[in-house]
Amino acid sequence: MEYFLTEQQKLIQDIARRIAEERIVPVRAELDEKEEFPWAIVKDMADADLFRLFIPEEYDGLGEGTLSLCIAVEELSRACCGIALTYAADALGTIPILLYANDDQKKKFLHQIASGTRLTAFGLTESTAGSDAGNIKTTAVLDGDEYVINGTKQFITNGGEAEIYTIIALTNPAKGARGASAFIVEKGTSGFTFGKKERKMGIRSSSTSELVFHNCRVPKENLLSREGMGFIVTLKTLDTSRPGVASLAVGLAQGALEAAVDYARQREQFGHPISAIQAIQHMLADMAIQVEAARALVYAVARTIDSGAKNYSEEGAIAKVFATDMAMKVTTDAVQIFGGPGYMRDYPVEKMMRDAKINQIYEGTNQVLRNTIGLEVLKRKARRQ
Amino acid sequence: MNFIVCIKQVPGTTEIKIDPETNTLVREGVASIINPFDTYALEEAVRLKESVGDSKVTVITMGPPQAEQALREAISLGADEAILLSDRVFAGSDTWATSYVLSKGMAKIGDYDLILLGKQTLDGDTGQVGPGLSEMLRIPFVAYVSKVEEIKEGYIKVQRMIEEGYETFEMSLPAVITVSKEINVPRVPSLRGSMKAKTATIPTWSAEDIGVEAEKAGIGGSPTRVVKIFFPKREQQSEMLQGTADEQTDQLVEKLSKIL
Repeated sequence: MEYFLTEQQKLIQDIARRIAEERIVPVRAELDEKEEFPWAIVKDMADADLFRLFIPEEYDGLGEGTLSLCIAVEELSRACCGIALTYAADALGTIPILLYANDDQKKKFLHQIASGTRLTAFGLTESTAGSDAGNIKTTAVLDGDEYVINGTKQFITNGGEAEIYTIIALTNPAKGARGASAFIVEKGTSGFTFGKKERKMGIRSSSTSELVFHNCRVPKENLLSREGMGFIVTLKTLDTSRPGVASLAVGLAQGALEAAVDYARQREQFGHPISAIQAIQHMLADMAIQVEAARALVYAVARTIDSGAKNYSEEGAIAKVFATDMAMKVTTDAVQIFGGPGYMRDYPVEKMMRDAKINQIYEGTNQVLRNTIGLEVLKRKARRQ
Repeated sequence: MNFIVCIKQVPGTTEIKIDPETNTLVREGVASIINPFDTYALEEAVRLKESVGDSKVTVITMGPPQAEQALREAISLGADEAILLSDRVFAGSDTWATSYVLSKGMAKIGDYDLILLGKQTLDGDTGQVGPGLSEMLRIPFVAYVSKVEEIKEGYIKVQRMIEEGYETFEMSLPAVITVSKEINVPRVPSLRGSMKAKTATIPTWSAEDIGVEAEKAGIGGSPTRVVKIFFPKREQQSEMLQGTADEQTDQLVEKLSKIL
C-alpha cells in the first residue's frame, strides 16, 4: 500500500532494512539461543544515526517524529523483535526526557542518547505494581541537595545495559499515585545496582532486569518536571511510545508472513507446493489482511501524534492492542503453515511466535488498555448527552 | 590527516557477462555498484579518521559521468568529499594509464597522508592500480593489508595476512595501501551521510584540469592489449580397465609410469 512517506522516511526505511537484513538476520537465532545482548548491532544502529531519529536537531538529532520512529522499529522487528525492542525501549527511555526535561537536563543527556553511545531505559514496574501501576513502593526522600531512593524495579527492558534510566518513585507516599515523581538515574550511581536478569520465553536477546536502589543518592537536578508529576510523566510517555510497540508487532508479523509465503511456495505435498492449496492461500490472505490493516492503523496514529494532537491515549491504545493481538495470531498461523518444521528451532517462525506473546503484555496489557479505550468510548457518549 | 580512497564503479556482482565479439564487459542493463573491495578501503579510512581525529576522507574515482553515483554512495558511507576524474581521453585506460591519471589527480589534491584502495576490482581483477599508483607517485606501498596497527604523523604500521601467518610493515607517510576484506566490516550508510550525499557538490576534473597528457591516457596510453577473453576449457577423458584385479593393477602402473 502507498503510505505517502517522505523522502526522508523512505531513506530511514531503507537503512533500517539494510541493518535488519545484513546485520540482524545472520545472528538473530544465535543471540536468541544464547540470550545475548546485541551490542554489535546497537553499534551498527548508532553508526547509521538511528538513535538520532527523533532527537531534536539542536541536540545532534534529526528532528523526525513518531511515524519515522515507527518505520525504523517495524523494519528492525521484521528481522528480530528482541533486537528491535532494544531500540524501541531506548526510545521509551528517551521520551520522558524529551517531553519533560529542562534545558540543562536535555543538554546533558540528549547528545549522548543521539550518538547511541549510551542507551536508556524506563523503570516503572515493580513486583506489586504491574497493571496497578499506582501501587509502586519505591520511595525518594529529599535530603539536602539529593534525593535518596529505595526500592526495586522489576522487568525493566534494557536493564543492566542502559546507562540512563528514568524511574518513578514516591516522593509523598501518603498521596499515592499523586505523590509520585520521575527521576533520571545514571548507571554507576552509588546505591544503584542490578538484580535478577530474567530468563524469558521470547525476545531473549533483549535484556530484562531488576533495578535495585539501596540508599541511592541522586542530585536534586535529576528530578524530571516537578514533584508529584511522576504519573503524568508516565502516562504521557506510555501514550507516546505505544505506536512503537505496535510497530514491533507489525514488523514481527510481516516477517512471519514473508517466511510463511516463502515456505508455502517451496514445500511440496501431494505433488505440488502447498501454496497451491486454497486452505493455505486463505490463511496467507488473512495474515496479509491483518498485517496491512494494523500497519495502516499504526501509521495513522503516529501521524496523529506528529500533527501535534494533545491527547492520544485512546488512539495509542487502539493501535497497540490491535497490532499486538494481530501479531500473536499471524505468527501462530505462520507456525501452522510450516507444520512440524515450524515448531523446530531450525526455522525462524517458532521464535517469532515466542516473541509475539510479550507484545500483548508489556507497556500496558491488552486488557488494561481495553479499559482505557472503553472509558474513552463511554466518556464521549456521556459528553454528548 | 588526509585520507584518500580510490574507488571504482563496477557492474553488480552476480551479473557479469562478457561480449564474445568485443571481449568487453556487457554493461547494458546491469546495475552498478561500488567495487566491493573498495568499500573495505573506504571503511578503513573512515575508521582511521574517527580514531586519529581532525582528519578528512576524500574519495576519488576515474570514470564516466555516471560514476558520480558511486561517489555519492561513498559520502553516505562516511567520506567527507568526493572528486570525479572524467574526460573522454581517459576512456579505455588500462591499469597503467589509470594509475597515471589517478597519480595526476593526487598531485592536484597535493596534501595527502595515506591513499587506500581495495586489493582488486571485481571486473578487472588485476590488483595493479594500487602498486602502479604508488610507483608513479614514488611513495611506499603495501598490498593486501589486513590490519592497520598504528598510524601517526609521517608513520604507519600495517599487517598483512600471508599463507604462513602475518607480515608486519612500517612505512613513512605518505604511502599507498590496498586492503583485503579481513580488515573490517563496512558499515551501513548513515542517515546524515545519505542526506549529505544527496546535496554534496562533486567537482569533475578533466584531463586538462589535472595536467594529463592525452597520449599517456585512454586506449592510446595503454600498453595492455586484450586479444581474447574466454573461459578455459576443461577436458577430461575416462578409460575403464578390464581384467582381474592383478591385471588391472599392472595396466594402471604401466599407464601411470608413462605419464610420469
